[in-house]
Amino acid sequence: MSKKNLQFVLLFLFFISFTKLFAAGEKPIKVDWSFKGITGKFDRSSLQRGYQVYNEVCASCHSMNLLSYRNLGEKGGPEFSVDQVKAIAANFEVTDGPDSEGEMFTRPGRPSDKFVSPYQNIQAAMAANGGAYPPDMSVLVKARKGGADYIYSVLMGYEEAPAGFELEDGVYYNKYMYGNKIKMAKPLAEGSVSYADGTEATESQMAMDVTTFLTWASEPHLEARHQTGLKVIMYLIILTILVYFSMRRLWSRIDSKE
Amino acid sequence: MSDNYVPSSKFGKWFNDRLPLLSLSAHLREYPTPKNLNYWWTFGGILTFCLVAQITTGVVLGMHYVAHADLAFESIEHIMRDVNYGWLLRYIHSNGASMFFLAVYIHIFRALFYGSYKSPREVIWIIGMLIYILMMATAFMGYVLPWGQMSFWGATVITNLFSAIPLVGESITTWLWGGYAVDNPTLTRFFSLHYLLPFLILGLVILHIWALHVPGNNNPIGIEIQKPSKDTVPFHPYITIKDLFALLVFLIIFSGFVFFSPNILGHPDNYIPANPMVTPSHIVPEWYLLPFYAILRSVPDKLGGVVLMFASLFILIALPWLDRSKVKSAIFRPIYKWTFWLLILDVSVLGYMGAMPAEGTYLLIARVATAYYFLHFLVILPALSSVEKTDPLPLSISEPVLKG
Amino acid sequence: MEKSGKKNNRRDFLFTASYTIGAVGIGATIWPFIDQMNPDRSVKALATTEVDISQVEPGKSITVLWRGKPVFIKRRTESEISEAQSVDLNELKHPEKDEDRVKKAEWLVMLGICTHLGCVPLSDKGEYNGWFCPCHGSHYDTSGRIRKGPAPVNMEIPKYEFVDNNTIKIG
Repeated sequence: MSKKNLQFVLLFLFFISFTKLFAAGEKPIKVDWSFKGITGKFDRSSLQRGYQVYNEVCASCHSMNLLSYRNLGEKGGPEFSVDQVKAIAANFEVTDGPDSEGEMFTRPGRPSDKFVSPYQNIQAAMAANGGAYPPDMSVLVKARKGGADYIYSVLMGYEEAPAGFELEDGVYYNKYMYGNKIKMAKPLAEGSVSYADGTEATESQMAMDVTTFLTWASEPHLEARHQTGLKVIMYLIILTILVYFSMRRLWSRIDSKE
Repeated sequence: MSDNYVPSSKFGKWFNDRLPLLSLSAHLREYPTPKNLNYWWTFGGILTFCLVAQITTGVVLGMHYVAHADLAFESIEHIMRDVNYGWLLRYIHSNGASMFFLAVYIHIFRALFYGSYKSPREVIWIIGMLIYILMMATAFMGYVLPWGQMSFWGATVITNLFSAIPLVGESITTWLWGGYAVDNPTLTRFFSLHYLLPFLILGLVILHIWALHVPGNNNPIGIEIQKPSKDTVPFHPYITIKDLFALLVFLIIFSGFVFFSPNILGHPDNYIPANPMVTPSHIVPEWYLLPFYAILRSVPDKLGGVVLMFASLFILIALPWLDRSKVKSAIFRPIYKWTFWLLILDVSVLGYMGAMPAEGTYLLIARVATAYYFLHFLVILPALSSVEKTDPLPLSISEPVLKG
Repeated sequence: MEKSGKKNNRRDFLFTASYTIGAVGIGATIWPFIDQMNPDRSVKALATTEVDISQVEPGKSITVLWRGKPVFIKRRTESEISEAQSVDLNELKHPEKDEDRVKKAEWLVMLGICTHLGCVPLSDKGEYNGWFCPCHGSHYDTSGRIRKGPAPVNMEIPKYEFVDNNTIKIG
C-alpha cells in the first residue's frame, strides 16, 4: 500500500514541477482583501466609498447593466439605508414608457430601476471612446483572470512606457494589462473624489474601494455564501464522523468473523 | 435470495405479484457484494448521487433560465442575483458538472486498474463508456447555455469539428447550427438537448447497474466469488453505509468548491457576454475535456485531428478485446501496474497541454503524449497480454493475499 | 451481559444520531429547491407602483398593472357615488360600506379581479352599473361589491395612498 502511495506522490510531484516550468507573466499585486478567505466579508464603508468612486469616476463611461439601485440597500452589500437608496435612484433620469399617448418619457429613478447606462448601446459607447468599448462592470471582477487583485493592479499600474516601447495615439502604458497597452486613460488621481466620511482619497484608497465595490457587484451573495458554506461544511464533518463510527460498528461484525 | 422473496403483508404480496417492486428492492438490499471492496469502489454510488443532483438542480434552474441569445446571459445573472438561493443552485450545478467528471474519471481509472472491463463484464464497460460520451455531450451543451464568450466560441469550435467530414461536413454544421454560424437557433436546440440527455444517461445508468448485477462486482483481487457466504456481504447495510461515508467526504470537497471557490474551475471569459465578432485570445474547454482537446490539436490536419480525437474515445470501447490478459487486477500484474500509472501521467500531461497554447514545446509534448496514449492501448496492452509474467493469485477473496 | 448491553446502547445512540442529523440535513437541503419558486427579489422590488391620475375624466377609469394584476382606478360621477352609498347593507352578499372601500369618494381603487375564479370583469356592464364578469356571470356595483352571481366576496381593495392630488401609490 505504501509503495503504491509513493508511486502516486512521485508522479504528482513530477507533474507539479512540470507545470511550474511554464508559468510566466507579470503577476498582479496581491492585496489582503477583507472578503478573501472562508470567513471573508465586505467592508461596508469601503463598499459605500467604492460606489462613490464608481459613480463619480467610472460611471461616465462604464455601465453596470445588471445592477439595480435597490441592490445598494440589500444585505451583504453597501447597505445604504432605504432613504439613501431612494435619494441615489432619484438622482438619475430614467427613460420609461410608452405612456398612454405612446411617447417615451423620463422620470426620476426608483430603487427598482436598473443602473442607468452612460451610453444608449455598445456602438455609441465605442464611438465615444475611440473604438474601444468600456466593458460593463457588473461582473467585471469575475470576468478577469486574477479577479480583484488584477483590477486593483491595473488601476495602480499606469507607468511611463519603458524606452523603446511604442504607443499609438490614445493608448497608454499599463504594467499589468495584457500586452501592457490600455485604451483607458489613468482614471484615478489623488483627490479625484472627496469622501463624505473624511477618508483621505489617495489613489490606492480609491482603487481599493472601487475594487471592493466591483467585487461585491460581481458576487452580491458572497457573504451569504461564506456563512452558509461554513455551516454546511461543519454539519457535513459532524455527520461524516457519526457515519464513520456507525460504519465501523456495522463492519465489526464482518471483520471479527475473520 | 431475492428471487424467492415473499412479502410478509397480504397487500405486499398482492402488489408484488403484479409488479415485483418489493422483490427488486429486496434484491438490491441483499445483493451479495464482495466484502473486500475498497474505497475506489464507492464512486458508483457517488456518481449516482451526482446525476440526481445535476438533474434536480438543473430542472430548478430551467424554471428561471431563458434560452434566447439576447436574454440567456442576463437570465443566468438574474438567477445569481435575484432568485432565492439561485446562486447556490447554480453553483451546485456548474461545480457539480466538474465533480461529476472528477468522480467518473476515478471510476474509470479504477476499472482500468482492477481490470473491471474484462470478461464477464464487457457490457457493463461498454454501457459505461456510452454514459461517459453522453456526459461529455451534455456538459458541453450545458456550458454553452450561459452564452458567455467561452460558451459561444466553445460551441463554434466544437461544432466546426464536424465540418472536417468530407463532402457533407458543411451541411452538417449548418444543420447543427440552424444557420450559418452559432446563434439563437443553436442555443435553443442545445438547451432542449441539454435537458433531454441526462434522462438518457439515467436510463443507461439503470442498464449499467442491471448489467453489473448479472455477474456481480469485480473486486480488488480480481478473482471471482467462490463461496458467497464467506466472500460477500449483503449490499445493505454494509455497502450502503460505506458508500454514504465516502459520499459525505466527497460532499465536503464539493462544498469547498461551491462555497469557497465556485469559479475556480470555470473560465473568467465566460462572464463576458458572447460576442460573435471577437474571439478570446485563448480558447479552452472545461478541464475535463482538455486531454481530448490536446489530442485534437496535436494533429496538423483538420480531418486527422478530429478522427484521432474520436478514435481516442472509441478505442476505450474496444478495451476488453485489446487487453487479453486473464489476470484482472493490476496488483498481480507487475508491468501493467507501471503502464497504468504512466497512462495516468500521460492523460494528465495531455490535459495540461490542452490548456496551453498549441505552439512550440507545448505542441511537441502534446504530440508525444498523444502517441503514447495510442501506444498504450494499441501496442503495450496487447503485447503485455502475452509477455507479462503475472504474480500468483490467491485462492479466494477470504484467503489472505499471496505476495509474489 | 452488562457489557454487551452497553455496546448495544452505544450503537443505538450512533445510529439514532446519524439518522436524526441526516434527516435534518435533507430537510435543510430541500428548502432552497422550494424557496426558489417564491417571488424573487426583482419581483418583490416592483411591489409598489405610482400612477398619475390627472388625466382621468369623471366617469372614466384606467387600468394599471400592479404585481402582474390589473388595478381599476375609477373616477366616479356624483350619481355613481350616491348609488354606491345609498345601498342597504342588508341587500349585500358581503356587506361593506362604500365609505370603507374608498379613501376619497371620487376615486375607487380596486384589484380588477373577479373573486370567483380570477377573470377580469368588464367595466360599465352588468345589472348594477358597475362591473360584470363574463366568465361566470358575476355582477358588481359601482363600489365593486358583489351583487349577483357566483363570486363570494367584493372585489379587493389594494393597499394604496394618495401621494398628492394627482398621484396614487399602489402597494
